[in-house]
Amino acid sequence: MQLVKRHHNEAALAKPSAQSHRNIAGALAVASCAALTVAAPSLHAQGEPGEWDFEVANLLYAESDSRVNAIEPVFSATRNFDEGESLNLKAVFDVLTGASPNGATPSDEVQTFTRPSGSGSYDVEANQAPLDDTFKDTRIALSANWMSPLNHNWDYSAGVYGSKEYDYLSMGVNAGLTRYFNQKNTAFNMGASIEMDSIDPVGGARTPFSLMAAGGDEGAGSDDKAILDLLFGVSQVLGRGTIMQFNYGVSYSDGYLNDPYKILSVIDDAAGANYGGNYADASGNNVYLYENRPDSRLKHSLYWQVKHSLDSGDIVDASYRFMIDDWGITSHTLEAAYQWRFNQSYIEPHLRYYQQSEADFYRRYITSGDYNDGDFTFTEASSDSRLGDLTGITIGAKYGWSMGSGNQANVRLDYYVQSNDGDSGFGKLASQELYPDLGAVMMTFGYSF
Amino acid sequence: MKCLVLAGALASLLLSACADLGVKPWERDILAQPAMQLIDSPIEASLDDHIYFSKEASSGGRSFGGGGCGCN
Repeated sequence: MQLVKRHHNEAALAKPSAQSHRNIAGALAVASCAALTVAAPSLHAQGEPGEWDFEVANLLYAESDSRVNAIEPVFSATRNFDEGESLNLKAVFDVLTGASPNGATPSDEVQTFTRPSGSGSYDVEANQAPLDDTFKDTRIALSANWMSPLNHNWDYSAGVYGSKEYDYLSMGVNAGLTRYFNQKNTAFNMGASIEMDSIDPVGGARTPFSLMAAGGDEGAGSDDKAILDLLFGVSQVLGRGTIMQFNYGVSYSDGYLNDPYKILSVIDDAAGANYGGNYADASGNNVYLYENRPDSRLKHSLYWQVKHSLDSGDIVDASYRFMIDDWGITSHTLEAAYQWRFNQSYIEPHLRYYQQSEADFYRRYITSGDYNDGDFTFTEASSDSRLGDLTGITIGAKYGWSMGSGNQANVRLDYYVQSNDGDSGFGKLASQELYPDLGAVMMTFGYSF
Repeated sequence: MKCLVLAGALASLLLSACADLGVKPWERDILAQPAMQLIDSPIEASLDDHIYFSKEASSGGRSFGGGGCGCN
């Protein structure tokens, strides 16, 4: 009797152990494959075999000063199979409206810019940030990801991705492999992604450094770029409530890397009354030039993450990313979240800090001396603030709760503020606000069933 | 060839070091919780990646750094 009882106890212990073992394998697989796929599979990849798990979310994004507004609903469905395989299908819709900086500097005079279509123009009042108020786009992105064990120690994943917006088409494939060691306490991941993008801007893909002609359409049709990504990672269980991940990623882009709608102001640096004002050519029109970026970019990134469950059951999540590229940009990203857990709900405050240095060719403006009437003293330039010195801070919190039958809901609110820095100009330009802060509120609703 | 040998040696060192870390299968109750996955909310992670990709010069790290969007 005693023996039988002992066996029962072992069985009782063994059952959750086996389940836990399977779960952590799945968790590692999901984590690693999520890390290796552009469109990460759903959390519910660990659901019951033979059933579909669904997850929906909606992001509302609003920038300050009536700049970009976005609504982004997401639908995700995951089917789990008997042998541990899972198929994830995801659709993302994106509707954007608002105004976007065109790259020119503000001026003490009214400025007139040609619309991207080449027909018509818009005026920007004196001392106001030049924004193109025709910014509008809709986007749909579809992805499918398959994840499966190869055997006890190997998993693989494969995925396809496609997205279309008015002026942009992106198609990609990706694949990943995971190898487990040490009773699945260690997992090595490797993945590759190839993406082919085609851009067909309103008014055509501009010739770099060409003049923004009044009423003219200088576009040269569509252009394209290719992106190759490789990712190598290791995740390691450090203890009963601690897991860590370390990734190295390399990304190579080749082709048309310009923003076709971004221009640069040419600023008069000749001594006189217009010192620091807009430079006008012989016809009397201000000179604005389309940007000119290098046609390739190589990025390296290191990513480290640790997740720890405290004795109270609360969870601490911290990560750091270092990125460096051959455009001269380096960046540091720190993120931390604390999940404060209750019986059927949790609150998760989080913080993100991002800092980047400027690209070698970043210029807030071009001087007339450097412009040299078209005989440039340099080969590349962009005034895109996203390539300048900047710091971004996100602070927010998420509240999640169980709704019975395993259904989960959550709501998340974030505030993002980005401050830019750089050359403060000269003459009349020095009194202009060249680096306005950007603020954005983000609210996400999520529901899984 | 030297690089391969070095990489092999490093991998062996890492594996032998990692062999002492970790837990037994019956100690995975906490790690098995969905909230303990490294990416516990993939949709939220992809929304974040999309936002920051469109506002900053860096992308990737925890996943591929590609684009898939004309926003940057």
